[in-house]
Amino acid sequence: MIKKYIERLGRLVSFFILEAGGIVLFTARTLRQLFTIPFDAKLIILQMLSIGVRSFPVVFITSIFTGMVFALQTYTGFKRFGAESMVGSVVALSMTRELGPVLTGLIVTGRAGAAIAAEIGTMRVTEQIDALETLATNPLKYLVIPRFLAGLFMLPALTVLSDIIGINGGFIVTAGIYKMSSSLYWRKVWDYLELGDFYNGLIKAAFFGASMALICCYKGFYTQGGAEGVGKATTQAVVLASMTILVSDYFLSAWLF
Amino acid sequence: MIEIKELYKSFGQKKVLQGVDLSIQKGESMVIIGGSGSGKSVLIKHIIGLLRPDKGSVFIEGLDVTKLNEKDLYKVRKKFGMLFQGAALFDSLRVWENVSFFLIRHRGISEKKAKEIAIEKLRLVGLVGVEDLMPAELSGGMRKRVGLARAIAHDPEILLYDEPTTGLDPIMADAINDLIVDLKKKLNVTSVAITHDMHSAYKIADRIAMLYEGQIIETGTPDEIKNTSNPVVRQFITGSAKGPIKIEGVTDE
Ligand SMILES: Nc1ncnc2c1ncn2[C@@H]1O[C@H](COP(=O)(O)OP(=O)(O)OP(=O)(O)O)[C@@H](O)[C@H]1O
Ligand SMILES: [Mg+2]
Repeated sequence: MIKKYIERLGRLVSFFILEAGGIVLFTARTLRQLFTIPFDAKLIILQMLSIGVRSFPVVFITSIFTGMVFALQTYTGFKRFGAESMVGSVVALSMTRELGPVLTGLIVTGRAGAAIAAEIGTMRVTEQIDALETLATNPLKYLVIPRFLAGLFMLPALTVLSDIIGINGGFIVTAGIYKMSSSLYWRKVWDYLELGDFYNGLIKAAFFGASMALICCYKGFYTQGGAEGVGKATTQAVVLASMTILVSDYFLSAWLF
Repeated sequence: MIEIKELYKSFGQKKVLQGVDLSIQKGESMVIIGGSGSGKSVLIKHIIGLLRPDKGSVFIEGLDVTKLNEKDLYKVRKKFGMLFQGAALFDSLRVWENVSFFLIRHRGISEKKAKEIAIEKLRLVGLVGVEDLMPAELSGGMRKRVGLARAIAHDPEILLYDEPTTGLDPIMADAINDLIVDLKKKLNVTSVAITHDMHSAYKIADRIAMLYEGQIIETGTPDEIKNTSNPVVRQFITGSAKGPIKIEGVTDE
């Protein structure tokens, strides 16, 4: 019984190590294409729209409700020992350092990352990637670089918005429902928030965005086995990218803060 | 021009190419025939370096594409145009953007000019008024022809056609055959075409080669092939289910 679980765990670990090796190689090959001509500005902008701008509505809903529920929980919890005035600080610190980047990363993975893996996977199984090669176009440059850059820049941008929206969500609850004075909420936000909290969060977001995009491209790129293979690749891409975000979040936090 | 030497390729346990030798002269039109699943598409993909062989070489004007680094390989590929068996059109681009992809990307031609060229190439393959459609809006035969227009758009020196006429009606198929012959005559392109359609093979080929059990078992002019003494080739070109070629899973009683 226990042996079986250990075996399964072992297989999972070796799967991750194998995938990690593949992704590192894929990343190295991709980054080599970064500074070659032509520079595909149009493709990059298109990807920024689809990864960044179109993810905004979901990021908005998630962030505002997260900020709200966070304020609600801390207010009722902290009230037990008379510290409810600290709600603003708690919401601001957790949004900027942790929830903004991680939630945005996970949401964009589910929304845009899945689409990346499915689109590139479909292009693989229908030989569109081969067709790019026959037209003397490097698919890493044409397909992967724009998605990588879009992830790298759009995740921090979305995270800035997520931080602001979340903190305002907290404000709505404390001021609107618990009738706390609004100047107290904002003073507590600014009292303990340091610039470092904010932009270390953005560094994390950039890392999440880049790795999410690369992992999803990688899984799409090596898809095999028709429509079923595309489905499998998409699922694996989302799982692998989400895991990477959650695990690397711990190590990045330990290192950055 | 194209020299294939001792080419071997397996996928896992499955041996597909087992020592293919074939050479194609400049300006020559070579047609490869062979049963379904015999490895024709795999062979043609080796010529343009999409697949790497387990053993053997493919020389294009003296350069071994199986050993080239990435940069040189892309340079060699600019000489090629390829039509895929499944057309492999880019779903996310309009028909005209598909056709002029190479021109815009490598020749820096303006979009307006590129679209004009695309429309002209589409007319060559018998398509009018489809340039602004998306590939998903086309029929199978139309997709095939857009793929053909894309392959010839940049006037390549070498053309690879994977079943250019399958899925087309007989009249359209013949028009495409004429187009292929025309390209050869007017532009002196070297071409390798795969086909099951013997009528088309006789029409476009200078020489025909048959791939069977991983090797080229016979090459010859259309007349030589028609009068072959090789029972395998004869069975194939006459399209008979009886003979030395066995169809897996189908047994004669
Ligand atoms: N990427 C691949 N992975 C595994 N096996 C493959 C791959 N590509 C081709 N094969 C196998 O190689 C064999 C030859 O395939 P190929 O597509 O070259 O056949 P073909 O001669 O073009 O057939 P058809 O006339 O039906 O198009 C098939 O058995 C196929 O299963
Ligand atoms: Mg084939």
